[in-house]
Amino acid sequence: MKSFKNHFSLVIALVSILFSIQIFIIVDRTMEAYKQNLANNYSIIIISQKKLQNKEIIDVSELIDSVRELSADNVIERLNSGITEKNKELLKLTLPKFYKLTLTQYPSPNQIKKLRENLLKISSIKKVEDFSHSHDTTYKLLVLFKTVVFVFAIVVFIVTTLLIFKELRIWQFKHNERMSIMALFGAPVWLRSAVLFRLAIVDAIIAGIIAFALFMYISSAPLVQEQFENLSINIVIFDVVNDAATLFGASMILSIILALMIVIGHKEEV
Amino acid sequence: MDKVIIAQDLSLSYSNNETIINKANFSIDSGSFIFITGASGSGKSTLLKSLYGSLKAKQGSLIVGGVELRGVTTSKLNFLRRHIGIVFQDYKLVKEWTIEKNIMLPLIINGYEKGVTQNQVDSLLKHVRLKHQAGKYPLELSGGEQQRVAMARALAHNPILILADEPTGNLDDYSSQLIWNLLEGANEQLNTTVIVVTHNIPRNLNVDYKHYNIEYGSIHEVV
Repeated sequence: MKSFKNHFSLVIALVSILFSIQIFIIVDRTMEAYKQNLANNYSIIIISQKKLQNKEIIDVSELIDSVRELSADNVIERLNSGITEKNKELLKLTLPKFYKLTLTQYPSPNQIKKLRENLLKISSIKKVEDFSHSHDTTYKLLVLFKTVVFVFAIVVFIVTTLLIFKELRIWQFKHNERMSIMALFGAPVWLRSAVLFRLAIVDAIIAGIIAFALFMYISSAPLVQEQFENLSINIVIFDVVNDAATLFGASMILSIILALMIVIGHKEEV
Repeated sequence: MDKVIIAQDLSLSYSNNETIINKANFSIDSGSFIFITGASGSGKSTLLKSLYGSLKAKQGSLIVGGVELRGVTTSKLNFLRRHIGIVFQDYKLVKEWTIEKNIMLPLIINGYEKGVTQNQVDSLLKHVRLKHQAGKYPLELSGGEQQRVAMARALAHNPILILADEPTGNLDDYSSQLIWNLLEGANEQLNTTVIVVTHNIPRNLNVDYKHYNIEYGSIHEVV
């Protein structure tokens, strides 16, 4: 029971930090996937007076992923009232050329503005339809969501930092006496701090295991998977190798920093 | 005879700058038994703290076991402390360790082998009549028993110097006698220098000793 109590408080603080780190990773991953979805569904239409080479358009900006010329057949079909095939061909030649541009990423309003300006520098391009109004609304929502997540992360960071500092004071109080006694008998710093570091490492491993189990469960929970399917997002919620390494690494670094701060802040009683 | 402690113009004070010991000059021979007495607040414990390097000299020089303590480095101080046994008035036992492990502390620090450590601890536990309490924690023992543990810890690594701050201050006669016997034994059999800060020098001591008294910041030998 005593041993459990020794570990409990730091483990709880560490688990809450690891939880917020992983949540932040998941949200970031979701946002990226969602942005990619948006980018896949978003396109810009340009209208040119003469036929353009795809490369000529792609070279305008690195944002442009692909260019596809839209067929004029649909327009001509609508005018199909006794026009001969020959006239149709003539009409096709006189109609402006329509191109659909897909982008590598979901652009910001500034990127769209710049892209539009650059496209209009090609003399034959007379109009660029970027659907900026609907894009702006979606983009603002995305920015708002990102800001909310960022604020949430900051709040969690502050709260957990306070938790860690509270724990630091408790540890200082708990270990100071033993470290002072050991110092009076000539124990070198590494020996005085050995118990502290052992405790820190054990707590880091326990916290890592708890966080690992928690996210393994969350990632396989049907409810969570259903939510992501509803958003048409397919992401790895918990990467067993990379995310686990991040969690264990963060846990270990945090608890070793905590132990180091105690060792550095230790003053021998006079 | 070798000197284990040499103090020259030694002045000691705490952070409030009030001088506790003022320009003291004394030296202590290796293997001697010393009592330091003085009224409460005269600076007995302060002097003892300076001898194990917990309080730095304000002025003058203090050499203990060949190590100048003024401006001493941490590693040199640690080295010196590994050859000193200290008995504190408030025992200073590690509460979360068993008494067996508390006694082991100086042996672990000095890097003794496990077998040697265990034999030495068993022998000391027998000497302080606490063999049956080996697995208990300090707070489960009486004050007298805790002080006997502290005494065993101070003797564990056969130090060259034992510093004892009122070791029998609040103890019953049985524990007090046991502690004096152990200090006498260490001094006679192992030639350990013993310095005891106390209010009362026991009458039935079987060793030759020197007596220093501290008064108004100065130290003088009582003949």
